Amino acid sequence: MRVVLAEDHALLRDGLTRLLTAHGCEVVAAVDNGPALLPALIEQRPDVAVVDVRLPPTFTDEGLQAAIAARARIPGMPVLVLSQHVEPLYARELLSDRAGGAGYLLKDRVSHVAQFIDAVRRVASGGTAMDPEVVYQLLARRQSPLSALTAREREVLGQMAEGRSNGAIATKLFIGEKAVSKHINNIFTKLGLPVSDDDNRRVLAVLTYLNT
Amino acid sequence: MDSRDWIRDGLRAVLSGLIAIPLAVLNLPLFGLSLAALVLSIVPGLGLLLFPGITLLVRARADLARRLAGRAGVPIRRPYLPPPERAVAGGWRYYKWIVTDPATWRDFAWLVPGAVAGVVLGALTLAIPAYGLEGVLLIPLWISLGTDWYGYGAIWPIETVGEGFLSLPQGALILSVGIAVAPYLRRFDAHFGRLFLGPTRNAELRLRVSELTVTRADTVDAQAAELRRIERDLHDGAQVRLVSLGMTIGLAEEMVEADPAGARKLLAEARETSSAALADLRHLVRGIHPPVLAERGLDGAVRALALAVPIPTTVETALPGRLDTPVESAAYFAVAEALANATRHSFARTTQVELWHTGSALLMRVSDDGLGGADPSGGSGLRGIERRLAAFDGTMSLSSPPGGPTVVTMELPCASSSPKITPSSGTG
Repeated sequence: MRVVLAEDHALLRDGLTRLLTAHGCEVVAAVDNGPALLPALIEQRPDVAVVDVRLPPTFTDEGLQAAIAARARIPGMPVLVLSQHVEPLYARELLSDRAGGAGYLLKDRVSHVAQFIDAVRRVASGGTAMDPEVVYQLLARRQSPLSALTAREREVLGQMAEGRSNGAIATKLFIGEKAVSKHINNIFTKLGLPVSDDDNRRVLAVLTYLNT
Repeated sequence: MDSRDWIRDGLRAVLSGLIAIPLAVLNLPLFGLSLAALVLSIVPGLGLLLFPGITLLVRARADLARRLAGRAGVPIRRPYLPPPERAVAGGWRYYKWIVTDPATWRDFAWLVPGAVAGVVLGALTLAIPAYGLEGVLLIPLWISLGTDWYGYGAIWPIETVGEGFLSLPQGALILSVGIAVAPYLRRFDAHFGRLFLGPTRNAELRLRVSELTVTRADTVDAQAAELRRIERDLHDGAQVRLVSLGMTIGLAEEMVEADPAGARKLLAEARETSSAALADLRHLVRGIHPPVLAERGLDGAVRALALAVPIPTTVETALPGRLDTPVESAAYFAVAEALANATRHSFARTTQVELWHTGSALLMRVSDDGLGGADPSGGSGLRGIERRLAAFDGTMSLSSPPGGPTVVTMELPCASSSPKITPSSGTG
C-alpha cells in the first residue's frame, strides 16, 4: 500500500513512517506543511494519505483544509486525518462530499498499532474510520433525528461510524452477524436512505449521524 | 418609526411630565431644609447628624431625577464618591465625606433651577396636549353654551357653528404636536438636569478608576485561580501518569528476557497510561484555549460548541473576520457558559446563538425557550460571565421572566482586526 504522509513534527513523521513501513506500507512521500500536500498527492496518487490537522504555515486546520481540497481535486482520494483533539465539526466537513474513504482519528490512537493500521487499511479501501471519541461526543446528545433508533441500533450505527464491518460489529456487541445486518437495514429504513449499494449507504448513514 | 411607537412614546412622555411637576415642587422644601441644616451646622453635634441626613434625602431625590432622565433617553451616572472605610453615620469621617464631595454641592445648586425647569417644562408638556384635547372635546360644550365670549385657537370669539367646528382640526393638530414634542421636552429637562447631576470630567475619571480597580482585582484573582488550577491539574494528572509510564516501561525492560509475556502485558499497560496522560492534557488545553477556537476563530468555535450541546442549537453569526485573541477567548467562554446554563437549568427544547459586530463592539445573544426565571445573583455561572466580560469593559444583561424565554445579551467592546482569509486550501 502506498501512503503519503503529512506531519510537521519530525519525531512523529519518522515514527509514523517506521510504523507504516513495518506493516507493509510504502511511504512514498512525507511532507511537513500544508501547501506541499496537494502536489505530492497529485504526483504520487497514493492509496491513502495520512494527514495531521494542524500544519504549517498557519498552524490552524491547514491539514484538514488541504485534505478537503485534495478530495475536491481527486474525488474519493482516501484521507485519514490525525489530530490532537477531535471535533465533530471537522468529521462532518471531511465526509461532506459523501465519497467515503475518510477517517478522523485522535493522534494517540497511533499507539494502538494494530487498530491504527487497520484504520489506515479501511480508509484506503473506501471505508470510514471515525474516532470513538467523536462517536461518543455525538452519542452524548439527547435529541436528534436519530431518536427514532432503538438503543441497539444506535450502538450498531456508532460501530459503523467507527468503521467496523458487520462481522466486527457482531463480535464486539456479542450478537449474530444476521442480527447486525437486520439492525443495519432498520437503520437505513429509519433514516430514509434509498436502496443502493451497501457501502455507500453506510457512509450516508454515518454522515446523517455526524450531521445531527 | 411606526406611528404607534410615536404615540406611545409621546403619551409616556406626557405622563412623565405629569409626575415631574410635583417632584420638582418637592425640590423647594428640600432646598429649605438644606439651608436650615447648613445654618444649624454651627451648633456642635447637631450639624454632624443633620446635614448628612438631609444630603441623603437630596441624593435620593437626585437619583430619582437621574432615573427619570435615563428613561427619557439621557443616562446620567451617579457622581458621588464612594464612602470611606470605617465611616459611620453621625461621625466626623462621614460628615467629611459628604461635605468634601463636590457632587453634594452640585446637587444643592440644582435644587432651585431644577425645580423651575421641572415645573415649566412639565407644565408645557401637559399644557399643549391639554389645549389640543380641549379643542377636540369641547365643541359640544361650546355649542351648548352658545356664548360669544368663547373662542379657540385662531378664532376668537367663535360666532358661527361652522367656526366652532374649526376647533376640531385645530385641536387635533395641537394635540399631535403636543404629543410629538413631549419626548423632546422631557429630554430637554433631562439634559438640563445633567448639567448639575452628572459627574464632572474629574468625577467621571474617578469613577472610571474605581471601576477599573475592581475589575482589575477580579481579573487578577481569576487569573491566579486559573493558573493554580492548571498547575494542580498538570501535577496530579499528566505528570503522575508520565512518571508511572516511565516506571512501567523500566520494569518491562528488566522483564523482557525472563518473562516476555509479563513484559508485553506491562507494555500494554504503559500504552494505556500514555493515552490517559494525553487525554488529561487535551482536557486541560480545552479549558485554557480550545483548539478549535485557535483554528477557526469565534465563528467556527461557537458552531462546534453548538454541535456539542445536547439540544438543537442554531447559530447565526455576522463577524467581519478574526477578533483579537483575548476577546475571542472571553467571548467564547461567555457563550459556552451561557449555553451550558441554558441546557442545564432551563429545560429548553431549542437554543439560539447570535453573534454580530457593530464596528466598535461584539454583541452576543444566547436565547432559549425554557422555563425562564434565571437569576444572576443565584447562579455562579452568570456571575462568572459578568466577571469575564468586565475585564474587557463588557457587559451582560439578562431577561428571564418566569415561563421564559431566557435571553442573555452580552456586549464586548472591541474593534475587529483586519479580516483574515481562511487558511489557504493547499493549492499554493
